[in-house]
Amino acid sequence: MTTKPDLTAADIAKAVAGGRLSALDATEAALARIKQHDTTLNSFTDVTSDRARARARAIDADIAAGKTVGPLAGVPFAVKNLFDVAGLTTRAGSKINRDLARAKRDATLIERMEAAGAVLVGALNMGEYAYDFTGENVHDGPSRNPHDTTRMSGGSSGGSGSAVGGALVPIALGSDTNGSIRVPSSFCGIFGLKPTYGRLSRARSFPFVASLDHLGPLARSVTDLALAYDAMQGPDADDAACTTTRGLEPTVPLLANPVSDLRIAIAGGHFQSNLFPEAVEAVGRVAKALGATQVVDIPEAARARAAAYVITTTEGASLHLDRLRKRPNDFDPAVRDRLIAGAMVPAPLVDRAQKFRRWYRAQLAEVFKSVDVLLAPATPCTAPKLGQVTFKLDGVELPVRANIGIHTQPISFIGLPVVAVPVPLEPLPIGVQIITAPWREDIALRVAYALERMGVVAAPSPKRL
Amino acid sequence: MAEPLDDYIDAVAKALALPIEEARRPAIRANLDVSLRLARLVDDFALPDETEPAPVFTA
Repeated sequence: MTTKPDLTAADIAKAVAGGRLSALDATEAALARIKQHDTTLNSFTDVTSDRARARARAIDADIAAGKTVGPLAGVPFAVKNLFDVAGLTTRAGSKINRDLARAKRDATLIERMEAAGAVLVGALNMGEYAYDFTGENVHDGPSRNPHDTTRMSGGSSGGSGSAVGGALVPIALGSDTNGSIRVPSSFCGIFGLKPTYGRLSRARSFPFVASLDHLGPLARSVTDLALAYDAMQGPDADDAACTTTRGLEPTVPLLANPVSDLRIAIAGGHFQSNLFPEAVEAVGRVAKALGATQVVDIPEAARARAAAYVITTTEGASLHLDRLRKRPNDFDPAVRDRLIAGAMVPAPLVDRAQKFRRWYRAQLAEVFKSVDVLLAPATPCTAPKLGQVTFKLDGVELPVRANIGIHTQPISFIGLPVVAVPVPLEPLPIGVQIITAPWREDIALRVAYALERMGVVAAPSPKRL
Repeated sequence: MAEPLDDYIDAVAKALALPIEEARRPAIRANLDVSLRLARLVDDFALPDETEPAPVFTA
């Protein structure tokens, strides 16, 4: 069996477990695609070829010895470069962190992916310190959109979006503080899962905003997304926020369950404004396929976005305060100036934002008493041009960077689980958020799977690569 | 002419020992202006005195 770029993780794992494909061949195929296309995409900052080959050979040896292998046997994957990878320096998209010691141990989620048989092939480009929605990076250059390399991948998990969208690897891991998994998923036309806050361990990943940081997978199919998510679940004493009350809740066995019993609504108000026609079209297609007509207002969502912004900029400033003092000129200037400004926001206003957060969470809890799923745009637009500073919406010139995440921020602000699904519009795809109540990733994945089966959502092939 | 936020920026920079290059001042001022505008939007929303903050979200 040979590997094709669009082979899913599920296909690879099945073929490897069945002895029709070796883990080493699957790994070599991914390494070859990275070599062929990454000079264009710039999605990888480190390729861990030796480690990957050794891991693949070990899996093949296990299979030859008749041992049981995991559900991701031989599946190549890569991680945003804020995950610790033993032997590499965790740069988190920065210049400054390259001076840190090499990581001694992998991040928990890498350990869990590899325990399920997956093979780490490298670390991925990202916006500096994850304070980014574009995928641009002044130190490493931008990760590029696989459907039009003159356009943004989206960020901050830009390399994750680019590598999966470009079919270099079937699965990547990223982080999402305000939209950093969902935005690149939207721009690069792939599936992304931002789980409930506290669901997946963040141990041994470089933080940004402790109370908003989530880690999660990006993939080219819903099954692959669920396989990775299921492999990574579980408590972890090394992350104080990681749940100790929820047991393992596998989602793969539930994917094909019907969605006809679900109460699905369209998020109104803030989520129906500031949109380009493509975003309206995408939400419309998804809603129509699911038979969703009810529009539910999300109270004070714009204010929630503002509060998320305030908490992000101030907690981010606190994290980086000493680096801002000692090495201000080694930051991306745009990131530095935002963080310095964040350090100057008066404390009472931050406390107000945290109190508002509690109020807003209660409002959404009420909403989820009468609906199971909310649909909302993932981004207001398809991928902008690299370096684009403004776009015109309803005749008003608006800054691109500040507005890319306006529809993702009010959701991650209170930690709700979301699957971003790609609607394959031409010439560029765009994502829709499938949002559910806390801890109901299973429902969001089920809806995404139904949409995929209906042909409404799909990861388009990177035809121009 | 000094901008309205400049004295504040100087005072906080001094209190936090943050170096401010003069050339970066307009960008810092612009960012602070955005942060404060959004913070005011939150501040304008009346909340009961008993409201607990949510520094860490738990479901």
